[in-house]
Amino acid sequence: MDLSAINPTLLVASLMVASTPILLAAIGELVVEKSGILNLGVEGMMIIGAICGFAAAVVTGSPMVGFLCAAIGGAAVSVIFAVLTQYFLSNQVASGLALTLFGLGLSAMIGQSYVGIKPPTTYKLDLPLISDVPILGPILFSHDFTVYAALVLVLGVWWFLKYTRGGLILRAVGESHDAAHALGYKVVRVRFMAIMFGGACAGLGGAALSLVRVPQWTEGMTAGSGWIALAIVVFASWKPERVLLGAYLFGGVAILQLNLQAAGVSIPVEYLSMSPYLITIVVLVAMSANRAKSALNAPAALGRVFHASR
Amino acid sequence: MKFKSILAGVALAITAATGSLAEKTKVGFVYVGPVTDFGWTYEHDQGRKAVEAAFGDKVETFYVESVPEGPDSERVMTDMALKGADLIFTTSFGYMDPTINVAAKFPNVKFEHATGYKQADNVSVYSARFYEGRAVQGHIAGHMTKSNIVGYIGSFPIPEVIRGINSAYIHAKDVNPDVQFKIIWAYTWFDPTKEADAAKVLIEQGADVVLQHTDSTAPQAAAQAAGNVITFGQASDMAEYGPKPRVSSIIDNWGPYYVARTQAVMDGTWASTSTWDGIGAGMVGIGEITSAVPTDVKASAEALLSRLRDGSYHAFTGPVNKQDGSAWLARGETADDGTLAGMGFYVEGIDSEMPN
Amino acid sequence: MLRLEKRPSPSQTWAYLAPVLAVIATMIGGGVMFALLGKDPFEAIRIIFYDPLFSEFAWYYRPQLLIKGAPLVLIAIGLSMGFRAGIWNIGAEGQYIIGALFGAGFALALYPTESPFIFPSMILLGALGGFLWAMIPALLKTKFGTNEILVSLMLVYVAEQLLASMSLGLMKNPEGFGFPGSRNLQQYDSAHNAEIWVGSGVHMGVVFALMAVIFAYVLLARHQLGFHIRLTGESPKAARFAGINPNRLIIFCLGSSGALAGLAGMFEIAGPSGQVNIAFNSGYGFTAIIVAFLGRLNPLGIMLAGLLMALTYIGGEIAQSSLGLPAAAIQAFQGMLLFFLLAVDLLTNFKIKWAKAEVTL
Repeated sequence: MDLSAINPTLLVASLMVASTPILLAAIGELVVEKSGILNLGVEGMMIIGAICGFAAAVVTGSPMVGFLCAAIGGAAVSVIFAVLTQYFLSNQVASGLALTLFGLGLSAMIGQSYVGIKPPTTYKLDLPLISDVPILGPILFSHDFTVYAALVLVLGVWWFLKYTRGGLILRAVGESHDAAHALGYKVVRVRFMAIMFGGACAGLGGAALSLVRVPQWTEGMTAGSGWIALAIVVFASWKPERVLLGAYLFGGVAILQLNLQAAGVSIPVEYLSMSPYLITIVVLVAMSANRAKSALNAPAALGRVFHASR
Repeated sequence: MKFKSILAGVALAITAATGSLAEKTKVGFVYVGPVTDFGWTYEHDQGRKAVEAAFGDKVETFYVESVPEGPDSERVMTDMALKGADLIFTTSFGYMDPTINVAAKFPNVKFEHATGYKQADNVSVYSARFYEGRAVQGHIAGHMTKSNIVGYIGSFPIPEVIRGINSAYIHAKDVNPDVQFKIIWAYTWFDPTKEADAAKVLIEQGADVVLQHTDSTAPQAAAQAAGNVITFGQASDMAEYGPKPRVSSIIDNWGPYYVARTQAVMDGTWASTSTWDGIGAGMVGIGEITSAVPTDVKASAEALLSRLRDGSYHAFTGPVNKQDGSAWLARGETADDGTLAGMGFYVEGIDSEMPN
Repeated sequence: MLRLEKRPSPSQTWAYLAPVLAVIATMIGGGVMFALLGKDPFEAIRIIFYDPLFSEFAWYYRPQLLIKGAPLVLIAIGLSMGFRAGIWNIGAEGQYIIGALFGAGFALALYPTESPFIFPSMILLGALGGFLWAMIPALLKTKFGTNEILVSLMLVYVAEQLLASMSLGLMKNPEGFGFPGSRNLQQYDSAHNAEIWVGSGVHMGVVFALMAVIFAYVLLARHQLGFHIRLTGESPKAARFAGINPNRLIIFCLGSSGALAGLAGMFEIAGPSGQVNIAFNSGYGFTAIIVAFLGRLNPLGIMLAGLLMALTYIGGEIAQSSLGLPAAAIQAFQGMLLFFLLAVDLLTNFKIKWAKAEVTL
């Protein structure tokens, strides 16, 4: 055993990179859930984003075009879910699961000619002097741009929900679609846009996997990341700033586990791996036990079908 | 019993029918992953293509990919047997019991199960001595490491993987007594994300050589991004990451075996066997040692390779002690296949605990 | 513009016509996809839908439909009762795993003792395991009001890690050369969930699935509890006025769906699967959610939906080996089928009318 082999600075830096894909997907899903929609298709949208981004980056040679296409691809498949749940009034749970199944299959078909190819390298921040500052340099100033984009996005969503009229409308729709409808807000339109935003974010998260974190394309490469994103939203009790914490917790446990193993510490991997899920449950319970507070967070209309009957 | 006799009858009828219609030998392949994984399943599919190339019109091959281990695999095998397959390759350890079950129902169909240990009259088993390739990798790793830390990404703590770690360690230590192994168990054969993370962690902890017993190229990409780290291709050549980080590779080369077994079925000489071939028989291929390796190291690695190939040297030759210090192999003694097949211990010097 | 108008009661005609329409739409959509992949679309569709039922080897495939469909139906029946009452257990996958571990763990502990009591005890333990795992979200919901969708989903991952731990550690086959995975229960007579008639595909799990369908049908149609379930789902307020105790209903719905999922897992691990293994759970618990909705939460509908799902799995495998279709195409095809089935559900509950332009969706 040699714990001194673990460098805390590098640990933090690499958990930030490892957490970025799930952070992106989770912040998108948070907006979707705030509008009162539960989309279990995150995994499907992520993997579509992973292949669309990868393919576009390889074809054009530009990672930026790749990320753009990933967002478009994720949003495009989320439209299927949006149409089903908003116009055809299908059940959200079943539609989301179907989206995951479809996304996994479709991405594998698109991706057949992209296996074993190296994508173009994504730009990585490397400021002379500043990136070399001990501790702060590796943690703050030496990442690829997705890490910063994800953080900016979290900040943006926080600001949007808290300070803008659009955010207020979104939350109103998520609290009570009937009341929001009566006030004249276009419930379906708001939700449609929220779902597409969630799809775009999940797509970006997928591309962060296939273009930065791994970087390569393989079938089913998201390997459950989308489900972790769902857990993070719950862990965060629907608060953007806590989504960041949740993503770093889930990503951190994964990285810490590997670090401990490499340092020769004998740990029960399975029990460590299940701990973030158990913590999420504890958070859920603590939150719901404290009803007055939780009522402010969990969207009251989450998962319910809305049909304007006039 | 009734079911069995119906099946046998149908199988007989089909063999008779196909036999009289055409001489085509039908060969089925059951894969655990997608053929595009560029690792384990990809190489088995290369073997299938080798069979097609060797026999042309005389064979018909078919496959089903991404078949889960368990009842689904049993159905896929039965389906192939019903369709008149003469020979079926089941290419994952988890297909062992299903293969035995289906084989019992189709006595006229020949089965070949990879990496298992259960044989029957119409079930052969085959596997490769990958640990011979690990010896060459360990040799190069021991020479090339400057930090004296070699990272190793294991899949599951099973004998095949443990053999590889031991073999690599023994030969790294041979040329570099200060070498230290850091081992991470990924608990997966194929998960690019996890493998990439594991490789990064090993590199952060000082490893400048990363060996992998998982099948994706993600660790290669991580090593490339890190800069001064070398790696070895696993299952496939992974040549696209050469000349550096990938400096050599272990290639699963099933083609010759698949061709030989198909030929045996055609000739009517097929018999149930247990095959465990290594570098000598060509089942384990060693990918080109690239220019990133100094010429003297390359020469000594190739010398080791040729001694392994002609059988003059065994990768586990004493003196070797077990991790707890107890004696395992005396000077000059070589390990027997039984001990190797069930290997569940590290050799002396590995500073890591075996899980469970 | 088109406008939706809710029907006073679901249309009987469309309840039957809609699934047919969906299957036809999928055949067209899937056919286009197969054609784009360079395969004969008509042949592909025939192989997927027709061959498992009526081809030369249908005598083998038909029993396989039962084996593949039984766990789906068993789990979906349990889920459907909760779904009707607005209680969302989406963690059946976890309950399936725990049920299997309880049953198999008991048998492995007794190995190699042979006794006629072993298998019945395993059935009880399988149900108990699933029940207990489902009680976690149930009790958290009744005590603290915690959202059961999320807790039950989180517990799936916990169960998966437990399964991995068991197959690598405690339940590992001591004679398995260190490979992960337990002894094979198929080779342990007292614990083997064998086919009742050889070659029929009918094992105890199939029998239980059929019993569950009948039981659920009677419960929903005739029993007071079934009325409570339906009332709670349709109007929670009315249910409260009628004096229905919501907590009892939560415990019943989550408990029974957990027990049925646990049973499904136990029958699978003692029968077709045979081994405690890392890859033992192959998503039945999630697919069953889809099956429950495809069957419109109706017991008979669920039975048909379960068989239809099984048909696409088996037909899909045949299409892979005989046409060389990639596995991914089959997966996308199934996704398509689900989308269409979910979409046409609208026709059952709503009328579509032409309306003047100012009224929009």
